[in-house]
Amino acid sequence: MNPAIDPTVARLEQELKHTRGLIGCRFDSTGRFLFVSSEDDLIHRYDLLGGAPTPLVGHKSWVRGMAFIGPDAAGSAELEAWGQRRRSLHAVAGFAGETLPIPKPAPFVLVSGDYHGNLIWWQAELPEPKPIRTVEAHKGWVRAVTTSADGKTIASCGNDNLVKLWNAQTGAFIRNLEGHTSAVYNVAFHPDGNRLASCDLKGVVKDWNWKTGTAERELDAKVLTKFDPTFMADIGGARAIRFTPDGSRLGCAGIVNVTNAFAGVGNPAVVMFDWKAGTSKLLKTKEAFQGTAWGFAFHPEGFSIIAAGGSGGRVWFANPDEATTFHMLTVPIGVRDMDIAPAGNRFACAGANGTVYIYTFTPGATPAKPAPAKKK
Amino acid sequence: MPRCDYACASTDHAVNRRAFLGAAGAVAALGPLGFAAPGAAKQLAKQQKRVLVIFLSGGVSQLETWDPKPNTDTGGPFKAIATSVPGTHICELLPQTAKHMHQMAIVRSLNSVSNDHGIGAKIMLTGRKPEAALEYPHIGAVTAKLLGDTSGSALPGHIQILPKGGSGFGKGDAAFLGPKFGAVTLGEGKPPSDLLRPANLTVGSDAAREAFRRKLNERFAKSRKSASTDAYTESFAQAEEVVKQAEVFDVDKEDPKVADRYGRHDFGRHLLLARRLLESGVSSVKVSHSNYDTHHENFDFHIEQLAEFDQPFAALLDDLSDRGMLDSTLIVVMSEMGRTPKINDRYGRDHWSKAWSVALAGCGIKGGAVVGKTNANGTAVVDREVYSSHLFHTYLAAVGLDATKNFYPNERPVPIGDPEAEKISEILA
Repeated sequence: MNPAIDPTVARLEQELKHTRGLIGCRFDSTGRFLFVSSEDDLIHRYDLLGGAPTPLVGHKSWVRGMAFIGPDAAGSAELEAWGQRRRSLHAVAGFAGETLPIPKPAPFVLVSGDYHGNLIWWQAELPEPKPIRTVEAHKGWVRAVTTSADGKTIASCGNDNLVKLWNAQTGAFIRNLEGHTSAVYNVAFHPDGNRLASCDLKGVVKDWNWKTGTAERELDAKVLTKFDPTFMADIGGARAIRFTPDGSRLGCAGIVNVTNAFAGVGNPAVVMFDWKAGTSKLLKTKEAFQGTAWGFAFHPEGFSIIAAGGSGGRVWFANPDEATTFHMLTVPIGVRDMDIAPAGNRFACAGANGTVYIYTFTPGATPAKPAPAKKK
Repeated sequence: MPRCDYACASTDHAVNRRAFLGAAGAVAALGPLGFAAPGAAKQLAKQQKRVLVIFLSGGVSQLETWDPKPNTDTGGPFKAIATSVPGTHICELLPQTAKHMHQMAIVRSLNSVSNDHGIGAKIMLTGRKPEAALEYPHIGAVTAKLLGDTSGSALPGHIQILPKGGSGFGKGDAAFLGPKFGAVTLGEGKPPSDLLRPANLTVGSDAAREAFRRKLNERFAKSRKSASTDAYTESFAQAEEVVKQAEVFDVDKEDPKVADRYGRHDFGRHLLLARRLLESGVSSVKVSHSNYDTHHENFDFHIEQLAEFDQPFAALLDDLSDRGMLDSTLIVVMSEMGRTPKINDRYGRDHWSKAWSVALAGCGIKGGAVVGKTNANGTAVVDREVYSSHLFHTYLAAVGLDATKNFYPNERPVPIGDPEAEKISEILA
């Protein structure tokens, strides 16, 4: 493990506040921008190099699915170098000497999906991004959007029980992946470029050859679902789904042990699949917590991060192949989504109170706030 | 969070055929004394009227049903959709219902006072705030009493269909009207377990047994006839008729295509059963749909529950209309409360009684009417606030009854409806 990445020293680096509850969050592939969706139907772009957030106005409902087409993730190294230069400059001249211009971002596209069933393509690096195109993609909610490893295909899934594939550049419909019998909660491309995994409300995970549209096999994540006989309704599904970078494992996060669906009484957990063998283990949190794992991701260093909301907010860290977590952070509010920056140096939690909590793995002093500008 | 007063599955509520019928018959022993509204039945004799209450248990969200507030801080993710009434929009989760809005009315300004499940249900079903000194009868019992005599049906006048629990006889909901008008409960939509003749009892044996019972009864009545023996005799006569109509309870007798239209799930079957009961002369039916108490993931659960509600509800309106029954059947869609406009941190909505909605359709209702208004984000009533008591008067007025009259339990006048309230004329035809 990179000694610079130690989950046990993870600390709150920054809070980004919005007035409405947050729904989703995703870093772009350089890690410079964080896109956050909220209950006011907006997506907010935060430039972590500085400046005010930029609202992306176009959706008319809530957005949870967000995926990117470009730019090259190598850009993140340049941004780190820029950050180093700025810190050096601050050390010499203080914030008053902040003259280093913020670099111009490389072009990239955001594809976002909303609860009215629409996908919107945005030229996301522009000062004021506007929708490039809007596609009526699903009947009912779009629950997740993701991009293939080669960046050429977008997959979306939703309440119409479908996974749909789209040409990333043109937005043209490619094909449906049909077979789920309940709402499809999440979708992820396998890094090998040939397979795609999707998980529905009933905990059915399908392994698709997405180039032929064939479901090759079905995996069982039914521990994440329950029909609550008291309330007579189903609860479940993968609220987050991720492959490891090498594709050897798939994690589906959600809620288990539900005793009261309508109060959210259950525990966060991740069904961890050995992708090749199709076998699974349940990753539970070491500390008792009532709620749902709304965010899950594999860190480039191999450990995984689970973020949950319910009776408060929590983040846990787990080592590969272990059945429980080894470290926990308390987040001030229920977490509704989580993403790790591509460089692995930080992660963001979307809070139900409208605040994004950004945590860093870098030990050291929290950067001081810039001093107010002096009056001339 | 208050504990929900949901259907109890205990054996305490299960009764057998004898109790089921005996209880209904035994009330006849009370005789007409204590009950009034004389002439009410005659008033309705020309055409039987019926009442169907659809009770969305747990507290349905008004924002996800009848009073959507899209793109506001409380609105949630759903659209408002156009209905068959120009200018009236409801939530997108009710697309089939929206096509029937011209047959319906909405009250969007209800304050039901209590955020407690049990108290809220009582307030909504009795049209009164609970009083320590007197239990008031539920709307089903009241309408069974006041409408039932006109039906000529041998079936109980008041039946409720619950999504689970045992079948039985609910003594409480009739209050001073007496158990005859209390709801007979069909848990899971099933009739009392031994309603039908046991398989090991032949038709001949059953007939011989019944003939012997009649003979003994007649002999006894010759010398010791009384109101009680008449009631006893009546209860068995009613039992015989109910058994003859046992098929009414069997929705499998329906054309599969009809069952498909209602949906192949419990609530679909239960609304189909409700239609069969109403057709067979039952004057008051209540069907509960569980559950809407969505403190967590309100939006996901309303998708699931309202999808179950929407299709069979629309099918029911179609069927009643096709049969010429909609004009004589009042349908009320209510809950014990609404849900908070504020969305909590678990995507839930909590208990809310201050400003929510009830929908009505059918008999006596002015189709397409919308009365009352909440503010832009649904947090307060801004026009025509009404209470459950106003609704209670309205239900009775819709079926031609006057809630300003009295019942006379123990020869003491008790107003049928809360005397401080009145009917909501704007939604009455």
